[in-house]
Amino acid sequence: MSQQSLEHSQDRRPTRWHIAVFLAPALLVYTAVMILPLFGTLQLSLFRSIDNSQVFTGFDNFRTLFGDPRWSASFWNALGNNTWFFIIHMLVQNPIGVMLAALLSSPQLRFSAFYRTAIFIPTILSFVIVGFAWKLILSPLWGVAPNLLDLVGLKSLFVPWLGKEEYALTTLSLISVWQFVGIPMMLIYAAMLSIPEEVIEAAECDGVTGFSQFWKIKLPLILPSIGIISILTFVGNFNAFDLIYSAQGALAGPNYSTDILGTFLYRTFFGFQLQTGDPNMGATIASMMFFIILAGVCLYLFLIQTRLRRYQF
Amino acid sequence: MTNRLLTGLLMASSILGSAGIALAQDKTLTIESWRNDDLAIWQEKLIPAFEKANPGIKVTFSPSAPTEYNAALNAKLDAGSAGDLITCRPFDASLELFKKGQLADLTSLAGMENFSDVAKSAWQTDDGKATFCVPMASVIHGFIYNKDAFDKLGIAVPATEADFFAALDKIKADGTYIPMAMGTKDLWEAATMGYQNIGPNYWKGEEGRLALIKGDQKLTDADWVAPYATLAKWKPYLGDGFEAQTYPDSQNLFTLGRAAIYPAGSWEISTFNTQAQFKMGAFPPPVQKAGDTCYISDHNDIGIGLNAKSANADAAKTFLSWVASPEFATIYANALPGFFSLNSAAVKMEDPLAQEFVSWREKCKPTIRSTYQVLSRGTPNLENETWVKSANVINGTETPEAASAELQKGLDSWFKPAK
Repeated sequence: MSQQSLEHSQDRRPTRWHIAVFLAPALLVYTAVMILPLFGTLQLSLFRSIDNSQVFTGFDNFRTLFGDPRWSASFWNALGNNTWFFIIHMLVQNPIGVMLAALLSSPQLRFSAFYRTAIFIPTILSFVIVGFAWKLILSPLWGVAPNLLDLVGLKSLFVPWLGKEEYALTTLSLISVWQFVGIPMMLIYAAMLSIPEEVIEAAECDGVTGFSQFWKIKLPLILPSIGIISILTFVGNFNAFDLIYSAQGALAGPNYSTDILGTFLYRTFFGFQLQTGDPNMGATIASMMFFIILAGVCLYLFLIQTRLRRYQF
Repeated sequence: MTNRLLTGLLMASSILGSAGIALAQDKTLTIESWRNDDLAIWQEKLIPAFEKANPGIKVTFSPSAPTEYNAALNAKLDAGSAGDLITCRPFDASLELFKKGQLADLTSLAGMENFSDVAKSAWQTDDGKATFCVPMASVIHGFIYNKDAFDKLGIAVPATEADFFAALDKIKADGTYIPMAMGTKDLWEAATMGYQNIGPNYWKGEEGRLALIKGDQKLTDADWVAPYATLAKWKPYLGDGFEAQTYPDSQNLFTLGRAAIYPAGSWEISTFNTQAQFKMGAFPPPVQKAGDTCYISDHNDIGIGLNAKSANADAAKTFLSWVASPEFATIYANALPGFFSLNSAAVKMEDPLAQEFVSWREKCKPTIRSTYQVLSRGTPNLENETWVKSANVINGTETPEAASAELQKGLDSWFKPAK
């Protein structure tokens, strides 16, 4: 009976204009600044500039990107570097973020608000400042890194990290980790605070404390947050550009060893020094970045997100 | 309500009206440039001199960052918001703009006759028929050295390569100074101050450069590989951690007196003059054997052209003719020692270091950077690749032969010499 009256009332309810009205501003802005440019990029990648006019060439640009030995070498190099950049973030940034959050949420810790703020501050700094500051810290000439190592007698371990092919990318990844570790920390911290006291108390009554409490009780409860962080890291890393550009320049030296998709796109799209920009090939690379991120996000949403178990309190 | 509307209209019309009057009185020309270091010189010396001679024309110098200039300028030109006068990069970057109809043809501009063909070559179509920018200045490569250090260690200015390396060995053995201030982090130092600096002595300047464009020589020929082999020998003389040493680091290292030799471009002169506390001298790239002809890189670097869509084309042409005059050349060359006038009229310069640089024009044969004309038109871009490879060679991560082979392969992939 009540079910029936509910359906009945739904039928008669007037069109709910307010939903459209309230959604409209965000939708319009989002369409104008995100969706249209996205389709513009995809469209641009299907054209080629011949004699100053845009000619439709189908998937020719993609064929060049993957078929031409030089283009494809640059692309795979950038993708490989980007993957390594992401792996470092997943292996270093997120575990440290979780660990810091676990420490911060421990009730015995004093000054936790101070630590929280201090660790979060680098996140709000500009890339330019971070890149410049670290370049100075690591500088073999005036940096503090060689002197600090000297103080503990490890001067021999100092290497001009940003100038060596084998270390530069890892060094930059770690700088980026330093800058952004505050974000997973904050998200996990919030998730940990929302674990109800009763669950923890019950665990304690059963003798689950300390480390095993973290592994068996807290970690499963924050897994959905870790999932979200992973996907944020993935999207952020594959869109990264600023730090590499400000620290290593557009040629992402030495010998392209720090070239990631973002810098590769920039160089191609806008050109660099004597190289004139090629918006069409640039858009092709941008489209590939979009597809890679799209694939990653879909994989996460359909394979992982659906299997995560959620607990309701 | 009507009252308020009326007031608003009146106020708006008064503002618009006065704006109209201002426009009618003065024509304002805007110069697009990447030389943000020169802002003071333009505002304090060049523009006042011009405005005094040409009342009714106002000039604004609006520079942007060097690395962003090309991209920003292209975007502005496409959008139609670029200034009236465009500072021209040499060769293809500007040629491209001319072909797109964004730079006006200046072949018949009054004052163009003050420049030689070589001076104009950087801003002409390939057949040399149309010129689209007024040449302003060139830069010369060489080595600047710390005179006090040389005197203290008893080193004479090296003339041959053997002398050069002997001097470096001596400085290194003494240990007070870093023998040479150069880093490979920014890549272009290795190519511009390294390869393009010493290279012309090996490939015989213009002869080799033109042969490369014609396809008679290849980058894998001995004359083109040898400069890389010499560069590779520089490694032990550079400072600790030179792989992470940036261009400003190198400049500071030298001006603080910690390094003895600085592979230089003449544009450094004015900054070094104000920063260095010691006496400086300069020498051209050492030749291989005593008595060899010396070649120097005297590279056309800056020109200035007219935006084809400029609304003030006449005023802009007046300005350009002034830039082509000996008067401008004198003010410019003295305000910016190290940027040498391309004007045929002899310009008297006060700065001793600048005089030293420019004196090489008489005893050595000048050429321009090998990668700039024609050869950097395609992808991969030869100039940019040369940056990466030169740095690799100095870092020791690639052999001179491998680097040259790579470069030639990249060039072959798109460049077909006109036979």
